[in-house]
Amino acid sequence: MAKSVAPGRPNQFLRNLNSKIACIPMMLTALVIFLGGTVWTVIYSFTNSKLLPRATFVGFDQYERLWAASRWIISIQNLAIYGVLCLIFSLLIGFVLAALMDQKIRFENTFRTIFLYPFALSFIVTGLVWQWVLNPEYGVQGVVRSLGWESFTFDPLYTPEIVIYGILIAGLWQGTGLVMCLMLAGLRGIDEDIWKAARVDGIPMWKTYIFIVIPMMRPVFITTLVLIASGIVKLYDLVVAQTSGGPGNASEVPAKYVYDYMFQAQNLGQGFAASTMMLLTVAIIVVPWAYLEFGGRKRV
Amino acid sequence: MSDTSTLNATTAGIDAMSPELKVRSSLNPGPRGRRPKRVLSRRNIFLYGILGLAALYYLLPLYVMVVTSLKGMPEIRLGNIFSPPVEITFEPWVKAWAQACTGLNCDGLSRGFWNSVRILVPSVVVSILVASVSGYALANWRFKGSELFFSILIVGAFIPYQVMIYPIVIILRELGIYGTLTGLVIVHTIFGMPILTLLFRNYFASLPEELFKAARIDGAGFWQIYGRIMLPMSLPIFVVAMILQVTGIWNDFLFGVVFTRPDTYPMTVQLNNIVNSVQGVKEYNVNMAATLLTGAVPLIVYFVSGRLFVRGIAAGAVKG
Amino acid sequence: MRIRAFTAFLAVSVAMPFAAHATDLEVTHWWTSGGEAAAVAELAKAFDATGNHWVDGAIAGSGGTARPIMISRITGGDPMGATQFNHGRQAEELVQSGLMRDLTDVAEKGKWKDVIKPQSLLASCTINGKIYCAPVNIHSWQWLWLSNEAFKKAGVEVPKNWNEFVAAGPALKKAGIQPLALGGQPWQANGLFDALVISVGGTDLYNKVYKDKDAKVAAGPDMAKIFEAADQARQLAKGSNVQDWNQATNLVLTGKAGGQIMGDWAQGEFQIANKKAGTDYTCLPGLGLNQTLTTGGDAFYFPLLKDAEKSKAQEVLAATIVDPKTQVAFNLKKGSVPIRGDVDLATANDCMKKGIAIIAKGGVATSTDQLISADTQKQKEDLMSEFFNTSISVKDAQKRFVSLIEAAD
Repeated sequence: MAKSVAPGRPNQFLRNLNSKIACIPMMLTALVIFLGGTVWTVIYSFTNSKLLPRATFVGFDQYERLWAASRWIISIQNLAIYGVLCLIFSLLIGFVLAALMDQKIRFENTFRTIFLYPFALSFIVTGLVWQWVLNPEYGVQGVVRSLGWESFTFDPLYTPEIVIYGILIAGLWQGTGLVMCLMLAGLRGIDEDIWKAARVDGIPMWKTYIFIVIPMMRPVFITTLVLIASGIVKLYDLVVAQTSGGPGNASEVPAKYVYDYMFQAQNLGQGFAASTMMLLTVAIIVVPWAYLEFGGRKRV
Repeated sequence: MSDTSTLNATTAGIDAMSPELKVRSSLNPGPRGRRPKRVLSRRNIFLYGILGLAALYYLLPLYVMVVTSLKGMPEIRLGNIFSPPVEITFEPWVKAWAQACTGLNCDGLSRGFWNSVRILVPSVVVSILVASVSGYALANWRFKGSELFFSILIVGAFIPYQVMIYPIVIILRELGIYGTLTGLVIVHTIFGMPILTLLFRNYFASLPEELFKAARIDGAGFWQIYGRIMLPMSLPIFVVAMILQVTGIWNDFLFGVVFTRPDTYPMTVQLNNIVNSVQGVKEYNVNMAATLLTGAVPLIVYFVSGRLFVRGIAAGAVKG
Repeated sequence: MRIRAFTAFLAVSVAMPFAAHATDLEVTHWWTSGGEAAAVAELAKAFDATGNHWVDGAIAGSGGTARPIMISRITGGDPMGATQFNHGRQAEELVQSGLMRDLTDVAEKGKWKDVIKPQSLLASCTINGKIYCAPVNIHSWQWLWLSNEAFKKAGVEVPKNWNEFVAAGPALKKAGIQPLALGGQPWQANGLFDALVISVGGTDLYNKVYKDKDAKVAAGPDMAKIFEAADQARQLAKGSNVQDWNQATNLVLTGKAGGQIMGDWAQGEFQIANKKAGTDYTCLPGLGLNQTLTTGGDAFYFPLLKDAEKSKAQEVLAATIVDPKTQVAFNLKKGSVPIRGDVDLATANDCMKKGIAIIAKGGVATSTDQLISADTQKQKEDLMSEFFNTSISVKDAQKRFVSLIEAAD
């Protein structure tokens, strides 16, 4: 192919041949699974597929129904609240802890292990444990009450208005340790001289962090953002384990809507429409960034 | 190269910043001397106070799990979850491991443990090999379009797994490997790829380019450089990848349940089965013991290799 | 693959060292509560007695968790030997796309058309004149389970119907007892609502709404009454912080809650706890208001397999399920009604006998699983789950219900 099209430059195709061969699994994954699967999903979101995919196109019907469903709206709201707060708090807690850890403290290894170990546990386990800790009868509320504060109420998992914060507490518990680790690694990567210079200049520590150190840690923040953000979009197991979306629909999230409608309701079309909306949101946020970050500097 | 360009940009930033700082420091001379000890100790109280509080938040659930798993059911119903067990019993552990029932199978988690190991080992090995080679190619042997594939891969990291299940079911069916171990290994390789490739690519890009160039001048090819130069230098990032994959695959529930059969269910599926098979009252102590048993493998991996993990993360994530 | 073959070999050699021709048949189901597991053990025993081997594939976490897995496996080309579904429309499309096995021969040999009662059970297994499933039991939703102890403590008489129960609510609350136990899973709120539709509103209303999908009736005053009743139930159910149905049943069992509206499978939990109908607890079929039960239930479907021996084993299992002996053993443990009228259930307890009598008298209606699609059912679940856990008004809920029925299929 390459030869017949451009007989003058046979090397174009053969150049880096080994590298291309080595990348076949990656290319297949990217093209067949991620791109192909996505396109397939988008196409079938315009059909009335029920239990099995079938190509009877119904236009935007599935989308109209989706946006009319109160459960979907609730799911979106929950994800927005969870996403924004999770992002802010993960970065904040992660960074503050890392900054504290970076003060040449004693027992650094111990602290680090303590902060990091929850990351080794699955969301299913995390959800179960926090369901237990937040159990109104036996958990925190029950204990405080038994200490004599009878009117104490801390019952997020059974209060529709705040249930998403109960999930957030568990989510942060599981994930912030890794953020801390990444931040700490970033801080360690910063040249000691910069600190010295800042100290010599009498710049207060917090100013040094905000105006000098953080801008220098851009790559770390990017890796962290990819990790946190992709985790947020996929939020599912934690909700299932901790609340199953309850009470009522109060802690439903989009990924669960997709799964429930695809498989429980046996309405693939509806599930695909919901997942297409999720993909669209992701695409709007991630694609421009990914392009700039990874694809846009071909000439360098 | 794009990665090193970021790196260069950062270093350039440092360079750009430092002279300014130096200038300022020259305007503002005079040693500032050591801070008084008293301030330091107040600082310490603050420092360790906050760290201690944070540690409490992180440790509390583990403590609750351990304590609860050692109590009998009557004690759980009476007491609060934070009090240590009055009478320590290991029965919940025994039950969770060997006796808890799901349907007719009353052999607890024990069966799932070996299934999980059987799934874990090939999945971890294959997914790391594939991702490391891809990362290496992306870092050192870029070709036309390679970055585009990589961008798609990174965007793929954001796609909820649920969305991909159906197409994958179809693909595996067409390949005739649905429900086999091979199929499951492929699925784990696919979903581990984005993050692992990102880490490997960043790591290999951070290695001194001179090494790579020297090897090429010596006539070494793609695989030779990978095997003789890159691999031996990459222990930290392999440790990170291993830890991420071991925890990820061990903790996976969704693929384990969709792509296996009952006789090969991994441990997490059995954990879910045990926790959700309520026969009479919910046995919180057994649930907690089962939870701890299931989490034991990744936890041990973390405790043993935690320091390497941080070092590897530093190498793979920082220099993006 | 080798590993699997090896484990299979191991399982066979350990379990049945003597039966050379034993065929392993993997059966998936979601029967994992105490009573359910005991019942399924009876099925396995009966099947193993035929010289084959039942490989249990229980998936915990109710049908909602289990069905997606079963469907993925069937469509993915790695089918199990047999699988539970609620009979009705859940497996419709699998059958239509030729993935399931035709059981007509087995049915004819076993004279299913004559013995299975009511006939609607077999009808929902029949697609284009062929039979695709073996019904295993009849379940009805319209049962109010009451804790005698709770009412004694509250100082009121044990109610005889739903209305009396509602009236007793305040007294129960005063005594510190949760009036109505309701688990958090959406299907439970949904089932409760449907029980109210048929028991409070009557069979006519039920059929008009769910069978004819008449949106006018759904918007009418009769339905408004049902929503009022659901609102009362919602008040009474406030505070029962449990998820699973059997945890809710357990609240009734231990006298912590006054009552629960739950299908007759709750019976199995009382039985396992050695509680006696009449003295420890009271059951009110049709919520004590009318004598109609819906005849939903479970059925086994058999995916099309290539392996001839396994296919043979499937036939054996299908025949075993409908066999009178298995029917009695299974249903006694499960607390459900057998699918055939010709078996002797003398050992059944009072509650079961009540149910059997109603069904024998013809007080039956088709279950919602058979009338409406899984999709509509899920949307209903979403609505009911929201209704029971928030304070959305009765009017709004009914409005949404109407648009749901309009679009129902």
